[in-house]
Amino acid sequence: MTDRGVAVTGIGIISSIGETVEENLQALLAGKHGLSRIANFPTRLQEHIWVGEIKRTNEELSDSLGLSLPHAFTRTALLGAYAARQAVESAELRDAHDLRTGFISSTSVGGMDYTERYGPTYLNSPEWHRYISSHPAGDSSHKIAQHLGIKGLVTTVSTACSSAANAMMMGARLIRSGRLDRVIVGGTDALSKFTINGFHTLMILSDAPCQPFDEHRKGLNLGEGAAYLVLESEESIQRQDKHVLAYLAGYGNANDAFHQTASSENGEGAFLAMQKALAIAQLAPQAIDYVNAHGTATPNNDLSEGRAMQRIFKGNVPLFSSTKPFTGHTLAAAGAIEAVYSILALQQGVVPPNLHFNTPMEELDLIPETTGQHRSLSHVLSNSFGFGGNCSSLIFSKA
Amino acid sequence: MTALKEELKRQIIDVLNLEDITPADIQDDEALFGEGLGLDSIDALELIVLMDKTYGIKLSDPKKGRDIFQSIETMATYISENRTK
Amino acid sequence: MKKSVFINGIGVVTTQGVWRAEFFSEVRVLDHAITPADQPSYKGLISPGAIRRMSRGMKMGIYAAQQALAEASVTIPDAIVTGTGLGCSEDSDKFLRSLWENEEQFLTPTSFIQSTHNTVAAQIALQLQCKGYNVTYVNGGISFESALLDALLLLQTGEEEHVLLGGVDEIAEQTYAFLQAAGYIKADGIQETVKNNVSPGVNYAEGAQFFSMGASRMTSSYAEMIDVTLQNELEVSETASFLQDFLVANNFRPEDIDAVILGYNGDEKDDLFYNALQQELPLATPLYYKHLSGQYDSCSAFGLAAAAFVLKYQTVPPILYWNEKNPPKTTWKNILLYNQYKGKDHSLVVVRAC
Repeated sequence: MTDRGVAVTGIGIISSIGETVEENLQALLAGKHGLSRIANFPTRLQEHIWVGEIKRTNEELSDSLGLSLPHAFTRTALLGAYAARQAVESAELRDAHDLRTGFISSTSVGGMDYTERYGPTYLNSPEWHRYISSHPAGDSSHKIAQHLGIKGLVTTVSTACSSAANAMMMGARLIRSGRLDRVIVGGTDALSKFTINGFHTLMILSDAPCQPFDEHRKGLNLGEGAAYLVLESEESIQRQDKHVLAYLAGYGNANDAFHQTASSENGEGAFLAMQKALAIAQLAPQAIDYVNAHGTATPNNDLSEGRAMQRIFKGNVPLFSSTKPFTGHTLAAAGAIEAVYSILALQQGVVPPNLHFNTPMEELDLIPETTGQHRSLSHVLSNSFGFGGNCSSLIFSKA
Repeated sequence: MTALKEELKRQIIDVLNLEDITPADIQDDEALFGEGLGLDSIDALELIVLMDKTYGIKLSDPKKGRDIFQSIETMATYISENRTK
Repeated sequence: MKKSVFINGIGVVTTQGVWRAEFFSEVRVLDHAITPADQPSYKGLISPGAIRRMSRGMKMGIYAAQQALAEASVTIPDAIVTGTGLGCSEDSDKFLRSLWENEEQFLTPTSFIQSTHNTVAAQIALQLQCKGYNVTYVNGGISFESALLDALLLLQTGEEEHVLLGGVDEIAEQTYAFLQAAGYIKADGIQETVKNNVSPGVNYAEGAQFFSMGASRMTSSYAEMIDVTLQNELEVSETASFLQDFLVANNFRPEDIDAVILGYNGDEKDDLFYNALQQELPLATPLYYKHLSGQYDSCSAFGLAAAAFVLKYQTVPPILYWNEKNPPKTTWKNILLYNQYKGKDHSLVVVRAC
């Protein structure tokens, strides 16, 4: 721990724009999105929606992880293990028994993808019973921790679409408190019939690629993916002479306490979360060079978030963009995927473009970054908001 | 029309779990949202599904629901003109 | 410098009813595969407009939260942290069933919205207009203890003054039927208790347990919360070192522990862990509670309420004794709680009289 924050020493990611950090970076730089029609499972909504789907079957993912069969990894666990392993490899984590290593994951889907598939058989046939215990959200974390060989503090956060941000925040606090030396934090969510139909009932799914912050935005696209960061204490870094990728300098969590799903008009929860994150990072709002917005492209979110940004930055809003047109909204994983993008932005000195933006919102004088500008960045703020008014903001600083 | 209105009231009470309310408590011209019955945006989405499932009317724009769901009167009128089942 | 943390208020809705002075003297031992919570009346607490959509978990959570806050005289806490193993299963089940029955047609949003795991904490925030820190943990048997760890961090660092901490899990017909099919829950019709358990599976139930945690001791205080530790996996042979490390970290000797509250639920394999830990604390009086609470992921919060009760009133309700004969004790200072489920999600918690 330093004044700069908690060190990030490893990152791993799998999303619809790439199965490695490098592939994700190249897609962001090239402005190449990962939206398509859904192919991994049949659904009535197939022709009606666009999704950020990873074009790998569960069998392929399982093979690449070298899992022995039969196992009861759901897609959420498979994606999570895939990304978490990369993070651990990138941090060159060695087995060190005197270093206390934890794992804090997050998910909203959990094992629902298998429950929705095999649930109707459970009461008549034992064939798929091994997936019954894979249903609870925490099961995916157990499987990933086991895959990584982590024994210790393992837990799971679930606060809808802000889940991963809260997992990262808890990880940083555990390091700061001295309870852990190293912790792998992030989130994972697979696409499922349950969630695509759920968002469909809310009538907030767009039938076209999403357009965050655009006047004519029609809603969001769902996606799937996973991303993890390795956070380490200063002592752990010094002892191992570790290379630091970035610092998690600030974090804030607040509740909008306005409505079960909708955000308040003035974005109070978002405002409070950003305010707290700035306070923890001991930064003035002007110090933020880029905001990776939650920017789901629903009429409600973007207006509310836009207002909150105008309030916190007092009209002087820094460069901002939503990367959801690349990946779709990956729910619980979104905060972690976007944390990786924020770190890449710091490392590469580039602002990922906000795709498909044409017309500014009538209500606000706010124009997202659309060209992928190169610019030296010192501090990046990343927003994640969820159902239930759960709002979280993280600040990453250049190493 | 009267029968349709009665049916609608029963369905709304049932779908939205309006405990302690009977069809007789809902006036035909009473506002369903806000001041009147006090329904909210989530209820509006439930009513959109009710329109589809029971009357075969598909509403793709939730904003359009606002005019149609003003009262039992406006709902019944819209349904009788547009129903496909 | 870490600040002290106190349990200043308790609220529960469980198979034994709501929290009250007579709670442990009016209990009955559970002997059914699934026992629903004894529900209070929610009229007056939750508006008719809001309650019409709420599942049991939400209602129980709001009630228990309110009880805990009222006892500690807190109107709006600074933070709300909850744990739930299965989340809002009732709504989740409902949405899933209609997905199957109607093949993705005519689905309605309410059950989907309320199926997210954070619904209870979010509803409490909405109800109280609490804009503070709000997080929900979902990790099997340590869902509640994860929330407890978070609450401890918030209070020990002085970030917050009052934290509402809760654990809640609800019975949902389909989810529990699946757990029955998989052998976690006993079959319907079987009547066994934790002590006379023969058939496979354990007795399940539901409940909401909330604690008003504060950085200051009050007249309503039950106990001081000292520490918690979590561990995803352990072998039975490792329980001794797991305990030892925790005691050392908190400057305790084994003989400082007056009572140990164990998560005995009737499962023979689970017993091995509790027996092993008990052996390490020969002077501590073993107590148990799952014969009263039933098993559910956040039921260990019921155990914490029992510990708080013993420390506050300095008496052990006889129904909590695991052994028939117990050494006479008149003062209860430190109580240790140990819980795990099927060899996973181990937690140790220590609380002290204040």
